[in-house]
Amino acid sequence: MSFYSDLRFFLVLAAALVPAAVLGLRERSLKGYSFALSLLFIWLVYGGQPAQLLWLAGFYLLELHAVKGYLLLRRKFGRNSVIYGHFVALALAPLLLYKFSGLFGKSVFGFLGISYLSFKVLQVIIEIYDGVIKEMGGLELSSFLLFFPAISSGPIDRSRRFLADWHTVYSREEYRKLLGTGLQKIALGLFYKYALSQLFYQVMGRFAHRYRPLPLAGYGYSYGFYLFFDFAGYSLMAIGVSYILGIHTPENFDKPFLSVDMKDFWNRWHITLSHWFRDFLFSRFMMNAIRKKWFSSRLNGAAAGLVVNMLVMGLWHGLTVDYILYGLYHGVLLAATEVYQKKSKIYKNNKKKTWYKVVSWFVTFHLVMFGFFVFSGKFTEVIQVALLKLM
Amino acid sequence: MEDKVLAMLEELCDDAIVREDLDTELYETGLIDSLAFTELLVQIEDDFGVVISPSELERSEFDTPRKIIAQIQSRMA
Repeated sequence: MSFYSDLRFFLVLAAALVPAAVLGLRERSLKGYSFALSLLFIWLVYGGQPAQLLWLAGFYLLELHAVKGYLLLRRKFGRNSVIYGHFVALALAPLLLYKFSGLFGKSVFGFLGISYLSFKVLQVIIEIYDGVIKEMGGLELSSFLLFFPAISSGPIDRSRRFLADWHTVYSREEYRKLLGTGLQKIALGLFYKYALSQLFYQVMGRFAHRYRPLPLAGYGYSYGFYLFFDFAGYSLMAIGVSYILGIHTPENFDKPFLSVDMKDFWNRWHITLSHWFRDFLFSRFMMNAIRKKWFSSRLNGAAAGLVVNMLVMGLWHGLTVDYILYGLYHGVLLAATEVYQKKSKIYKNNKKKTWYKVVSWFVTFHLVMFGFFVFSGKFTEVIQVALLKLM
Repeated sequence: MEDKVLAMLEELCDDAIVREDLDTELYETGLIDSLAFTELLVQIEDDFGVVISPSELERSEFDTPRKIIAQIQSRMA
């Protein structure tokens, strides 16, 4: 069985959500039941591949102790940056081992969802350091980390937000709304993933292995839409299931193809990822840069911060040339946008006018699509084919 | 203290409106972007000794001069 992709999963899911709906409508707490469901689905999905199940268990035990251990030390020694550094390293180690072992054809900590779980653990460690999280029970942490609807590919929730929902017992009226919205989201998600994304996938197929400008453009654009409907469809289902379990998992997409500039795009595309990077990497990089005066001006600092931020995001997708290029591409575009918007008279005088917005949308749309073309691996493939022809 | 925060905001936003209208929405109007936001947090920590983590607050809890002042006040107490 695998998440959101085979009939057995959907059948078991449907059966498992009925008692949740009954509990919710009777104004009972859902936290015990939803945690039990997480364990059940982990068993059903990962159980088919015992190696994955063991790595997940190992990861979970390691991080559980890391978080509980850090809570103790933070209370004892306060905001100590050395201790903090060790625990950030500990939280990141499994993900790094996984990524680097992949380069040698091995799969250390190879289980579905490790990237997403690492984000969640890091968020907790960082917020303990900041003094925002003071206490967290083992069961709370487990239910947050292992929450099955979003365990494999997000959306990336935040622990304080998640736990506030997890502890809430909704009134009948509130829960009825959650249930209704949840079901709608699941239905829309199914339509996105199984009708629209499949449609664009078929179109993509027609353009595959044709290395002339028009078919390549056709491939790039249809890939962009395929990727959106596939991932947004999955996200909607994950969010819908969460709602039925009483958790308002945050939205991941907000009409990304209507973005009017690249900054706007990253507030609409894979939102929980980009906002995670904004809050836990970019902001902190900038705060250090400002304090330690790393850059001659605020704008230079921001430009560097954006490139670093997006490069790391690219690397997180995978240690391949395509993802590195993808990260750099978006980093440079964001930095250029920042400089342009701060310096350009044209921007300042026209940004509110309709014609300007239309032009800006048009440019952004194509830049975004080219980014997906790089992301798809087609860009480097085309370069390889071109080089072979020259030789 | 209130005056000090307003002076800080006025300089960051480069606009006196933050002083005139304490309920100006700072993000949607583009007065503060994510960069100025981090600068604001650094200055608040340096000037008032109050640590506010970048991920701690929802934007809606920190998006007008009045709310920013209230957040700092509640932490100094």
